[in-house]
Amino acid sequence: MSELFEIDNLQIQARKEDGTPIPIVKGVSFKVKAGQVVALIGESGSGKSTISLATMAYCRPGLEFPGGEVRLHGKDVLSMEPQDQRNLRGNNVAYLAQSAAATFNPAITIGEQVTEAAVLHGVLTQDEADKRAVALYHALELPEPARLGRRYPHQVSGGQLQRLMAAMALVSGPDLLVLDEPTTALDVTTQIEVLKAFKKVIREEGSAAIYVTHDLAVVAQVADHIVVLYSGEIQEQGPVDLIINNPTHPYTKRLMAAVKPTPKAGMGEDLDQQHSRVVPNIEVKNMTAGYGGIVNGKPAITVLRDINVKIKNSHVVGVIGESGCGKSTLARVIAGLLPAAKGEIFLDGKQLQADLKNRMSEELQKVQFVYQMADTALNPRQLIGEILGRPIEFYRGIKGAARREEVAALLRLVELPVEFESRYPSELSGGQKQRVNLARALAANPEVVLCDEVTSALDSIVSSNIIILLKKLRDKTGVSFVFISHDLSTVGSFADEIVVLYAGRVVEQGPVDEVLAPPYHPYTRLLISSVPELRVGWLEDTMQKREMAVGIARGVEITDSGCPFFNRCPIAIDGTCDVDTAPIREPSPEHYIACHRTIEEIAEIEAAPQQVLHGFEVAAPEGDKAAKPH
Amino acid sequence: MQRMVIQRIWIGLATLWVVSVMVFIMTAALPGDVAAIVLGQSATPESLAAYRAERGLDQPLVFQYFGWLGSLMTGDLGISKAGGATISSLIAGRLYNTMLLAAIVAVISVPVSVMLGLLAAMYPGTWIDRVLTFGTLSLISVPEFFIATFMVLILAVKLQWLPAIANISGDETYLELLRGLAMPLITLIIVVAAQMIRMTRAGILNVMNSPYIEMAILKGVRRNRIILRHAFFNTIGPIVNVIALNLAYLVSGVVIVETIFAYPGLAKLMIDGVQTRDLPLVQACAMIFCGTYVVLIILADVAAILANPRLRNPK
Repeated sequence: MSELFEIDNLQIQARKEDGTPIPIVKGVSFKVKAGQVVALIGESGSGKSTISLATMAYCRPGLEFPGGEVRLHGKDVLSMEPQDQRNLRGNNVAYLAQSAAATFNPAITIGEQVTEAAVLHGVLTQDEADKRAVALYHALELPEPARLGRRYPHQVSGGQLQRLMAAMALVSGPDLLVLDEPTTALDVTTQIEVLKAFKKVIREEGSAAIYVTHDLAVVAQVADHIVVLYSGEIQEQGPVDLIINNPTHPYTKRLMAAVKPTPKAGMGEDLDQQHSRVVPNIEVKNMTAGYGGIVNGKPAITVLRDINVKIKNSHVVGVIGESGCGKSTLARVIAGLLPAAKGEIFLDGKQLQADLKNRMSEELQKVQFVYQMADTALNPRQLIGEILGRPIEFYRGIKGAARREEVAALLRLVELPVEFESRYPSELSGGQKQRVNLARALAANPEVVLCDEVTSALDSIVSSNIIILLKKLRDKTGVSFVFISHDLSTVGSFADEIVVLYAGRVVEQGPVDEVLAPPYHPYTRLLISSVPELRVGWLEDTMQKREMAVGIARGVEITDSGCPFFNRCPIAIDGTCDVDTAPIREPSPEHYIACHRTIEEIAEIEAAPQQVLHGFEVAAPEGDKAAKPH
Repeated sequence: MQRMVIQRIWIGLATLWVVSVMVFIMTAALPGDVAAIVLGQSATPESLAAYRAERGLDQPLVFQYFGWLGSLMTGDLGISKAGGATISSLIAGRLYNTMLLAAIVAVISVPVSVMLGLLAAMYPGTWIDRVLTFGTLSLISVPEFFIATFMVLILAVKLQWLPAIANISGDETYLELLRGLAMPLITLIIVVAAQMIRMTRAGILNVMNSPYIEMAILKGVRRNRIILRHAFFNTIGPIVNVIALNLAYLVSGVVIVETIFAYPGLAKLMIDGVQTRDLPLVQACAMIFCGTYVVLIILADVAAILANPRLRNPK
């Protein structure tokens, strides 16, 4: 009997300018049985996306298939006529891409895009396809299934788009689904929601799937079989239990080691207190900021409200929260890129001008910014030596040979070879570019460095190396870091203090070991519970928890009154939490929780056995959020 | 979205106002005293002063400007100094001729160029694409007077199929009119189409690198449908802007073509006005040209806003 799907000795290659082939995928073979989910894991450059596209006999421009077979129901798709290959795509094999936001055509309604493949391939009539799409929206727990099809992609949230892409893939009833990092770009809370929906639909539809990811914890939740790839070759493959619990190949072990631990108290290191001074480096007091014109200290769209944050000398402050909570806005306000509407910012006890334009050169020098995407932050036409040399000269007036000496010292500091000074950014890998990006900020000799999601775009192994570097930099230079991330485990392993932002307000802040230990703010609790564990069955267990029941169904909404977390909070008090601003409680010195519940109440609920609170009143009807015009 | 459209219209009005100031200042700065030119030999200091007083030319420039702007707004374009006819009557016939030529060129060239652009984008690298790319590139780089002269040489002088000039008077039959207009039409279509074809092609091919196009390929959508349904609607914004600029050129920038074919259009009237120092006429023509640009650009912006679902359907 032939397998549903089989890749046999697949080879994919690119070509150099002179025509010599560069192998990208070097003879990969694996099988997928009906109803089975096979995970392809590996870091970027391992060829996993390229292989996943080959299932549809497709390769990106510049690549070619020199050999091997890709068989669906025993027939090789690579040798088919282009017409037959096209009939296969979106019909027998369907694809889900990493970024739904980029994958949906902005000019076409969701309904047309979802049903297009099924109608074009003649599987369903437009009417049948519309009905099936609505049924899938129901199954994927999307809001307002009947009206969703008439909306445009920009009118729904990222998590919803990701699920809509699943609907788009499933509408023609494919035999094989190919999912390429479908949750990597999502917040942990959204990731759970999407994973849950994927798993349910794959089970109900009975289709087989290839799941491409670099995240082992996610793989443990969805896959039956794992294929570990490195540099276009299979390192190891086997059933999920075996690989997760008993990896044999050294590369698999390395991947396992890079899996982020569940955030908990004591995961960081004790801080060496020698750098600490009495006056904090940066202090933000009663700051409110947003976008649009400012009237009476209130911006047209308020993003941050009454923020109080202290960044002590040589400390790392982690700022966490889902996207849309105002993390980047906070960094932009501190840097002066976005002048605050109200409140003060102090640098070493001296008040800073709200607007960057009015700040003195040495004030600018002391606060530096590191952007998420090193690719776009580094000028592609400048040599690394120039990129690092300019701030040295501009802020510190060091020129000529001394400047070159400084550039070399910076490169050594971020553990790059000194020869890199005569290279262009495009000649460096992603991790190396991020190191240069950090070195550029340090070139100014700053006191505070604002890091906005600097590890989010990197693979787990590369990103953990960057974190190690950041720790060393903090110890060596005494610089304070504001580390913005949506990744609680990274922040937990590295920060000294954590600020939890929700919908523009600080809901909890304090030393890392206090924040990551009970009593938690309900939002912190939700975030911690949402970080996937490297354990088969974790997803099902987590879905049983009470904070999940209401917490993951909704997204971030900025409210004018009350506690913004109200409609996602399992312990919210109707009539209080949605009306009054939450009081700030201090369970231990310098640890603050903004919640209407007392610390005792929170602790009591925390200690109670984990179960869904039946009969809990959901604050708003399902789907209410999406219907509301913003 | 309404707010954006209204905003565009306000910006357009503001632009027109700035233009009116500049037109007025520039014509006022032109050398030569109007009164002296008009009165010519018969000028005496008294008659010059009387003329200036009568026309308000002795007032400060600011007053003169607002007087001019006020009458412009009420449709009174003033009186031509050559012959004393009202400028509106001078312009009316010429404006009709110019608009007639521009409208016919637009009706033919816009759909044809967009279609040819799409065709080139559908089959990039094939002979269709190469012919179109080569053809449009050569036509863009050849000056229009060369095309016009060349056509006169071939079609009028050598083959004698068409008249060499298009000096229409208004009482020709349709066939005569068409024969007269044929060569200016062909010249202008060639000039404006080349740009629009290239822009359409480039716009489509630019969008073809987007992830949503790859997704459409992976859904098994045919290339023709990908271009017409998935790519084209995301390219409308830049395309309509190029179309608007080309149409505005048809109204104001065609003086060379009008001169070569002796076509009685508005641009030629303006040049004549400059030669005879007929400043009110020059001002009126300048305002019409600028107005055309502003209106067309506003229309293009509004079309681009309407074509963008993000702006059409806010969250």
